[in-house]
Amino acid sequence: MIKQMLILLSGCALLFGLTVARAETVQVATAANFTAPMKQIAAEFEQRTGHRVVLTFAASGKFFAQIQNGAPFEVFLSADASKPQKLEEQGWSVPGSRFTYAQGSLILWSSQAGFVADDSPDILRSDSVKHLSLANPKLAPYGAAAVETLQTLGLYERLAGKLVQGENIAQAYQYVFSGNAQLGFVALSQVMKEGKLSAGSGWVVPADLYTPIRQDAVLLNRGKDNIAATALLDFLKSAPAAAIIRSYGYKL
Amino acid sequence: MFSDGNWAAILLTVKLASIVTLLLLIISTPIAWWLAHTRCRLKSFFEALVALPIVLPPSVLGFYLLLLMGPQGVVGQITQALGIGTLPFTFAGLVVASVFYSLPFVVQPIQLAFENIGENYLEAAATLRASPLDRFFSVAMPLALPGFLTGSVLGFAHTVGEFGVVLMVGGNIPGVSRVVSVQIYDYVEALEYGQAHSLALTMLLFSFVILLLLYTFNPNRRTR
Repeated sequence: MIKQMLILLSGCALLFGLTVARAETVQVATAANFTAPMKQIAAEFEQRTGHRVVLTFAASGKFFAQIQNGAPFEVFLSADASKPQKLEEQGWSVPGSRFTYAQGSLILWSSQAGFVADDSPDILRSDSVKHLSLANPKLAPYGAAAVETLQTLGLYERLAGKLVQGENIAQAYQYVFSGNAQLGFVALSQVMKEGKLSAGSGWVVPADLYTPIRQDAVLLNRGKDNIAATALLDFLKSAPAAAIIRSYGYKL
Repeated sequence: MFSDGNWAAILLTVKLASIVTLLLLIISTPIAWWLAHTRCRLKSFFEALVALPIVLPPSVLGFYLLLLMGPQGVVGQITQALGIGTLPFTFAGLVVASVFYSLPFVVQPIQLAFENIGENYLEAAATLRASPLDRFFSVAMPLALPGFLTGSVLGFAHTVGEFGVVLMVGGNIPGVSRVVSVQIYDYVEALEYGQAHSLALTMLLFSFVILLLLYTFNPNRRTR
């Protein structure tokens, strides 16, 4: 009996050893707005598979330039659809690996509770707003969506003098968070946790006011033969990952 | 060679650097004089404080300045009480941030120059009944001139080369806080590498020429 158990145990150990040997590390370039959900997804993924995920967060444009110059990333989660597409056209990524992992939502947010009505953007017409923060529209898809929203609302000209730009959506958030800007357009994912606003007040911009912010992922050439990279991309498409992604206010 | 936007950025940068250099000369002179002559035990403490921007990442300095000058920050509360509003996203705010950021680059050369004069000349002037102010302006200042020169050049160049702090407290507003370094960054991020090159190359040449002039003509070095 004891002998049989020992055999069983050593068998388990062997099996375990095999899976450990197959555990790989994957380097992921993640767009700044997807920071919080990706940390959670990576933790979940590591627990399930034993692979290790190394996350780097920055603006997508920076990653784009870095990837073109030999950065060691294996998976790229962009804040838009155009950069992954360009990378594929230029031969930096594995053709056919591109897919939309999340669709971003925009929110007009203030760090003050009760400052923004949750059903109307009327506060934008108020004189009490000295600075309206947004991400640089030239660089960040959320910034472009914010400008588009203001234009659809017919408020762009009126507010142009009050706009302050963050380099990316994380900085746009920082300006509002610190109170230096009373209001700002930020990613819903930055202020939403478990389906609720985590602080302040905000108006979720209706999806028909701006072009959908499709966020695409792509497998880069460097990750082509890394089983952890492909496993992570598969996991991103799975139901458990989708639940995490949705809980941060993204659509799928 | 440059678009209107680029010219605006260049003019803004030169304006910022000039004002900051002027303010720094006024602020740094008494600080440098005090540091050069004090026997106070707190001297090292203040020297370390002045030198902080040399080692601090601009992101740290920018982050704290943003919080300090914001509506909840100490400086922000004061400026609001004075009726100026808050400083981030204004040209004045950029000037204040740059003064902090470039302070050691002006204080240190001037302090060194003051220290190198020694007490002899000043004591000689005193025996000839020169007043303290007179001693300062007719003896110390001319003798420390190379230090002032180095300080102004470094202060100016360092402000022109400033990026992280401006990015944090500026808000990237054309004509207010979109300086050359931020403009270049925008071009690179937007993948407009051609535009980036023309400005970046100008910046590179400017910085090199400034340093070259400094090292060639600095009287301190020639006498050594």
